Amino acid sequence: MKPAPFQYHAPRTIEEAVATLARVAPDDGRVLAGGQSLVPTMAFRLARPRHLVDINGVAALSRLVVENGKLCIGATVRHAAFERPVAKGPLGELLREVVRHIAHKPIRARGTFCGSIAHADPASEWCLVAAALGAEMVARSARGERVIPAKDFFSGIMTTALQEGELLTEVRLPLLSADTRFGFCEFNRRAGDFAIAMALVTFRLKNSAIIEPRVAISGAEATPRRIAQAETALDSHAPDAKTFAAAADAAAKAIDPLDDENTSADYRRGLVRTVVLRALERAAT
Amino acid sequence: MNETRAVKWIGQSVERLEDPPLVTGRGRFAGDINFPNQLHMRIVRSNHAHGRILSIDTDAARKLPGVVAVWTSADIPEVPPIDFREGPIEKLAPYRQPVLATGMVRYVGDPVAAVFAEDAYVAEDAADLVTMEIQELPPLLSAKDAPAEFSPGRHTEADILRQGYGDIDAAFQKAHTIVELQLSVGRHSGVPLETRGAIGRYDAARDMLQLHGAAKVPHRNQELIARMLKRKLTSVNVFESHVGGGFGIRGELYPEDILVCVAAMRLGRPVKWIEDRREHLIAANHSRNQHHKVRAAVAADGEILAIDDLIFHDQGAYVRTHATRVAMMTCGVLPGPYRVPLAYRAVCHFRLTNKTPAATYRAPGRFETSFVRERLVDAIAHKLKLDPIEVRKRNAVTVAEMPFKRPLEALGEEIHFDSGDYHKLLDRMLKEVEWEKLNADLARRRANGEMVGVGFAMFVEKAGLGPKDGVNILVDSTGAIEVVTGGASLGQGFETVMAQVAAEMLGVDYQRVSVIHGQTDRISHGIGAHASRATVMTASATRVAALNLREKALAAAAELLQAPVSALDIVNGEVVRTDRAGGPSISLGQVAAAHGKLEAEGWHHAEHQVYPYGNHLAVVKVDPGTGGVTVERYVIAYDIGRAINPTLVKGQIAGGCAQGLGGALLEEFTYNDNGDPLSVTFADYLLPTVREVPDIEIILTEDAPSPLNPLGIKGAGESGINGVGAAIASAIDNAIGIPGAVTQLPVTPQRLKAIIDAKR
Repeated sequence: MKPAPFQYHAPRTIEEAVATLARVAPDDGRVLAGGQSLVPTMAFRLARPRHLVDINGVAALSRLVVENGKLCIGATVRHAAFERPVAKGPLGELLREVVRHIAHKPIRARGTFCGSIAHADPASEWCLVAAALGAEMVARSARGERVIPAKDFFSGIMTTALQEGELLTEVRLPLLSADTRFGFCEFNRRAGDFAIAMALVTFRLKNSAIIEPRVAISGAEATPRRIAQAETALDSHAPDAKTFAAAADAAAKAIDPLDDENTSADYRRGLVRTVVLRALERAAT
Repeated sequence: MNETRAVKWIGQSVERLEDPPLVTGRGRFAGDINFPNQLHMRIVRSNHAHGRILSIDTDAARKLPGVVAVWTSADIPEVPPIDFREGPIEKLAPYRQPVLATGMVRYVGDPVAAVFAEDAYVAEDAADLVTMEIQELPPLLSAKDAPAEFSPGRHTEADILRQGYGDIDAAFQKAHTIVELQLSVGRHSGVPLETRGAIGRYDAARDMLQLHGAAKVPHRNQELIARMLKRKLTSVNVFESHVGGGFGIRGELYPEDILVCVAAMRLGRPVKWIEDRREHLIAANHSRNQHHKVRAAVAADGEILAIDDLIFHDQGAYVRTHATRVAMMTCGVLPGPYRVPLAYRAVCHFRLTNKTPAATYRAPGRFETSFVRERLVDAIAHKLKLDPIEVRKRNAVTVAEMPFKRPLEALGEEIHFDSGDYHKLLDRMLKEVEWEKLNADLARRRANGEMVGVGFAMFVEKAGLGPKDGVNILVDSTGAIEVVTGGASLGQGFETVMAQVAAEMLGVDYQRVSVIHGQTDRISHGIGAHASRATVMTASATRVAALNLREKALAAAAELLQAPVSALDIVNGEVVRTDRAGGPSISLGQVAAAHGKLEAEGWHHAEHQVYPYGNHLAVVKVDPGTGGVTVERYVIAYDIGRAINPTLVKGQIAGGCAQGLGGALLEEFTYNDNGDPLSVTFADYLLPTVREVPDIEIILTEDAPSPLNPLGIKGAGESGINGVGAAIASAIDNAIGIPGAVTQLPVTPQRLKAIIDAKR
């Protein structure tokens, strides 16, 4: 439970951070933000980075502001920041609802939103939010800055579109219109555990019918994503039990569930049906 | 007139004496113990479940700066395998665990090499550099599978244990109905908050070997270490510090304990080892893992005439200090509170597998058999369309039959239930929970679509294993009392309880009493703390020692006060005259100072164990969409004979119950087909938290004090966990409306959802 030796770097500016990263990333350098996933992995020596670039001292990365209709979440903003609404309207409420499900209080106090996104654990609540709402990931490196849309960002279990030497400086979430309804449902064995399956849904109502439905699931597949078949089952339909059941069935049918020694694909498929249905019911009430 | 025996301490929920250092962060656990110039040990463990060791390369590790030594089994040929606590057992000797793997690795986690270095980081870096070449062999992962070769000429079925009485075949021929079940209890174990730790220290000047970080059975480990290392008993001392939980698994003698001792002697420096959590989950004793094929011969009225149980016990890779104790206990205690008049047979196949070795965990053999027995009773009731409570009443031994002798054994003694009124306690519980109303409420909720249910389990515990324990009590000239025991404290309140008993017998404030335990240099004998023995045995001995001391003190004071002993009493530490108000008095400290020495010894002998008993009741809610189970309510009724400190007893019961819920619903050591352990962190070995455990309601009674000791004590430690698997299984059956649905613990959401979905 003692990490392998590593060299520690503590840049003070974004420029310095990406310059350091450019230098050490090819030599197995990693970014340290909240450290809630990386540090335990290092303690098990499953990760043995030769360099750690600690970005906690970079003041510019702690911003949490609304700009141009988007909530901009800097790389060192902690999970706990979302325990109070950080944006007006449904988005702030949605984030407040979701954050309650992330691990435990000490982890929420230290772990970061962007760290979860960059880590891309299939059981990450924030990755689900990013996929559902179409987040933009701002990646910065010595080569410059690029913006990666959520649908292109998550490429597999704990793998993303971030390239060597790139620092995820910020994630941007679009604000939600005041009439957006949302519902979130997660299943895990114990409170605070990694989710086995979860769903986040949003929609609006027009003339008592669902419009702009979004149904995203995660935990059950390698990467979080929206399920088009479930959204189709909702679009233009009345928000009633029959519609919701059809959408939940469609989601369960559409997924390609993870299958591991402890949790079977069948069980995950069944759970997806349950969490999608419950998320929809919560959104409707 | 002075008031005599002003304060009763026994039966009072006084505050714990142990707490001040613990709640102010000044506790001293194994990790807090350091000696100048100490080395740190790191164990290199096998990553293969089963294989032949072709070579081990330690060169790179030895070359790392700061590394003092790297050992494999070749470096310690004189050190024998870890021996059995109760002495040599020829038949099982070949299955003992070598201190470092010799020739073969038999489970993932098997110690292969030990690194000794200047600090814990270097030790771990060096351990990383040790490489080994292993010729992999197919792993054996289930005790239900046919035994395989363990070593040439010897297979993995190390023993077959049998207990029984009567003519089984005749009884089954006579039966009105035969009920047969196949049941499994998963592999789980006690997981204390504090991992293991061991610090070896050798004083060459006095030829004295010390082991710090001991727990549970310090004197037995002193003996074992002396035996294994061929040292005089008096040249080994074992010291217990604060212990962050034991539960049966902590404090047994493990390879790491021997390694720090040998290294301290050979390297001439203290050697410290602290286990990390991953190691703990793959190296410390596992438990429980059993399969039962059980059948009962039943009369038309639900009377269980005979039980026949075929057991497959998954022992893991080696036979550790307990030998076959858990398996033998399983065979002996299965009938529990029920009479089973005609015949009984238990045959237990004690089989080695390529998993972490197993041994005792809180209520060993009882958690498992209560699950099996109570499943059986529920199945009988269902098959005969009888009320399960009535079936239990029909079969439970009555108060008129006490003491009840059964020709089966537990821990080497014939089982004699010493006292008890099982029916009375059952009625008391049903009344407290308003059984009829509770069932009506649940039925109403089920009718409204909720999956809720109640489950019930009845059990007999056992406690107070003999044969004897002795305690010394000393008073110094300041009047401070020291009770010197060979007991152990695993956090259960041992010091407080002993102090209460000594204080009441002696006539002093319990806070004036300090209690010594776990220090082999202070007393030459001791039973430690296991098998719910401490209060029965050590408190009974404390009582005798205190009474002996009282007699001495009064005799000495009689001379000093020029008064007859019959006119004296001890009140709050002062010897006073009871026949004259305001007469002369003298403090115990003054008596001690005048007398030179005030000290007494006391012994308690026990021919038989005591048998407390209880009932568990669980109300659960099942979520059919996920298979998740919420425990809404948990009630435990328990007759303890006599509670020295009811709050501490209730704490023991509630803590045990939480662990039971873990074993019933969450905790499981799982392995993949290669024998790789899948539960190696707290993210995959799921302990219940405060969110999963309801407030435990406890009905504590003292209806049946034990006739086998003067205080009537019966032991508390294992009652809270005993019936949890049974009650939860029964409650889930009831909730989902499928009798006999639960056949395997833990009931994971995935398993339960499959059961529910299959029925739809």
